[in-house]
Amino acid sequence: MQDLGVEFRTRSGIVHALQGVSFDIAPGEILGIVGESGSGKSVTAYSLLGLLDAAARITGGRAMFGGRDLLRLSEAALNELRGREISIVFQNPRTALNPIRSAGQQIADVLARHDPAPPAEIRRRTLAAMRQLRIPDPERRSRAYPFELSGGMCQRIGIAMALACAPRLLVADEPTTGLDVTTQAVIMDLVRDAVRGRGVAAILITHDLALASEYCDRIVVMHAGHVVEDAPVGALFARPAHPYTARLLASVPSAVASIDALEPIEGALPDLRRDDLPFCRFAERCGRRAPVCDSAPLRLDALAPGHRVACRRPL
Amino acid sequence: MTPVLLLSGLRKAYPVPRPRGGLRQLFRRPPPSRLLAVDGVDLSVMPGEAVGLVGESGCGKSTLARLASRLVEADGGSILLDGVAVQDIPAARFATSAARRDVQMVFQDPTESLNPRFSVFEAIADPLRQLQPDLPAAAIRARVQEAAAEVGLPPEFFPRYPHQLSGGQKARVGIARAMAPRPKLLVLDEPTSALDVSVQAVVLKLLMALRRRAGVALLFVSHDLNVVRLLCDRIAVMYLGQIVETGPAEQVFRTPSHPYTAALLSAIPRLPGAPRPPLQRLEGEPRSPVDPDPHACRLHGRCPREQPRCATEAPELRDIAAGQQARCHFPLG
Repeated sequence: MQDLGVEFRTRSGIVHALQGVSFDIAPGEILGIVGESGSGKSVTAYSLLGLLDAAARITGGRAMFGGRDLLRLSEAALNELRGREISIVFQNPRTALNPIRSAGQQIADVLARHDPAPPAEIRRRTLAAMRQLRIPDPERRSRAYPFELSGGMCQRIGIAMALACAPRLLVADEPTTGLDVTTQAVIMDLVRDAVRGRGVAAILITHDLALASEYCDRIVVMHAGHVVEDAPVGALFARPAHPYTARLLASVPSAVASIDALEPIEGALPDLRRDDLPFCRFAERCGRRAPVCDSAPLRLDALAPGHRVACRRPL
Repeated sequence: MTPVLLLSGLRKAYPVPRPRGGLRQLFRRPPPSRLLAVDGVDLSVMPGEAVGLVGESGCGKSTLARLASRLVEADGGSILLDGVAVQDIPAARFATSAARRDVQMVFQDPTESLNPRFSVFEAIADPLRQLQPDLPAAAIRARVQEAAAEVGLPPEFFPRYPHQLSGGQKARVGIARAMAPRPKLLVLDEPTSALDVSVQAVVLKLLMALRRRAGVALLFVSHDLNVVRLLCDRIAVMYLGQIVETGPAEQVFRTPSHPYTAALLSAIPRLPGAPRPPLQRLEGEPRSPVDPDPHACRLHGRCPREQPRCATEAPELRDIAAGQQARCHFPLG
C-alpha cells in the first residue's frame, strides 16, 4: 500500500479520512493495524477490497497485490479476486452472515463461486474448511442457521468462509470485538495457526494494543487517518518513537501497576472536515509540538531497519 | 461496620418457553423451563469499598447489578442497603425513599443512556427532582454544580445536549448524574466498555478520585479483568449465575484458585513484558443457563481439571485462603 488517500463527501463537508497511508506485508506475516475509533483503520481495509461506501473517493495511492493495483481494478476483476485471493472477516459475525442460509451453504457458496466442482466435492471441502477451524460436529453445524449458533461459533464460520479458498491475503476487521475473552483467545489462536500453517499474509485490525502484540509480527499505528508509526512488535513496545504511540501505551490498563500511573491522552481527534488540518494531525494534542512540526508535510522516516515513524521530534 | 450493600441468597429466574412437544404434552403439561440468571448470590460491599464483578456475557453480572439497585425485582433472597432490608418495600414507595438515593447506577453506553432532549444540566438535575421533590430550585442548582465540578465538567457545558459532547464528556455526565443525589454506593454496569482506551483512562481516574474524595463505594461490573484489578479492592467472578470465586483483587489475580478464573486470566491479551500466567484455554461453550443440572458443577464439560465427582455433586463456595473463596472440588494451588 503506497500513499493511499480517501475522502468522504458528506452533507457537512468533505471528511479527509485517510492521507498518505503506506505499509507493506509479506507472505506469512501478520500485520496489526491499531488505532482508536475514527483513526481510519477500517477504511484502509475496505479500500483494499473495493468495499468503500459510495460517498468515498480515493484521492490517490496504489495498492499493489500480485503485480496489480487493487485500487484501479474493475468490479468484475475484483469479484474474481475477493473471496479467492483476498478475503475479509468482518467485525460482527451475526450481521455478516446471511440469516436465511445455513452455515454450510454459505461456505459452499464461496467454494462453488470460485472453484466449481460436483456437489459431493463441494460438500467435502465445506466440511474440511469447518474442521480446520475445529468446529465440533461439522455435519450438524453445517445445517444450522446463524441464529442457532453462538457468537463465537458464527465467527468461526465467518473465518472458515474466508479461508475456504486458501486466499493469499486475509483481512480481519476487529474479528473478536464483542466476543468474550475466553472465546477471543480460542479464535485468535485458530486464526494464527491457520495463517502460519499456509503462509497466508494477514492484516489484523484492532483497537486492542495488547491483542495485536500477542498475535502480530509487526504493528502499524494509525491516528486521524495517518500512519504515525510502523514497527516490529518488540521495538514498538520497547522503544515507541511517536509521542502518540507512547501516550496510547500509557493509557492501557494492563500496562500499568496502579491507576495513578494511567495517563489519559488530552484532547480529542481533530475534526477531519477541517481545511486547516495541521501537517501532523496529532500536533494539537502533543506535548512536544515545536515550530518544526508545522514546517512541511510529514513522511514516514526510517529510524531503524523496519521501524518507521512520522514525526519531526520522535522520542 | 454495616455494609452499604449486603445481598444474601439473591435469585432471579426468567421463564422460557419449552419447545413444543407431541400429543403427550397436551395432557400432561410440564412445568415451564427457567433460565437461572442469578442463582443464590451472596455479596457485600463495605462503605468506601470497590468490588469488581467479573464474568462473560450471559453470566448474570448485569442482572445482579440491576437487582442490587432494584431496577429488576428479585425472585428471592434479601437486599440490605445500609442495614435496611429493602426487598419487601413496594417498588413505588422505594422509588422515592431515602434508600433509593443511597444507591445510584451508571450505565454502559453513555450515548444510549442519556436522554437526547435533556441538556447536561437537566440530565444531572432530573434524578434530584425525582428523588427529592421538595428540594428548592436553588438547592438543585447548587447540587448540580457540585456534582459537575466533582467529575470535572465546567458550567459552560450545562446548556449543551448529548450530541454536542464527546464520548468522554458523556461518560462524565452519566457519572455526575449518579453522584448528584450523594449516594453511598455507585453501581456501574460496564461504564467504560464502549470507550476508547485513552478515554477509558480518564473515566477510571475519575472514579478513583471520587472514591478517595467522596468515599463512595463502587460495585463495578466489567468483563475486563485488568480494569477491575486497577480499580477494585475485591473481586467476584461469576459463571452461569453463580459466584465461583471471590477474594482480594491482587490475590485472585496472582493466585486464582477456580479453574474458570485461571482460564479467564490466561485469556486476557497482555503487552510484551507483562507477567504471563500459564496458558489455559477452555474448550467448548458455557452450558445453557436454562434448567441447569443441580447435581453438577456448572463448568463441567469445559473444565481442564474435572473429575467424575464434578458431574454428580455441585460444589459449594468454600474458603481457600484468607478472604478468598472458590466454588470448586479441586481448586488450584
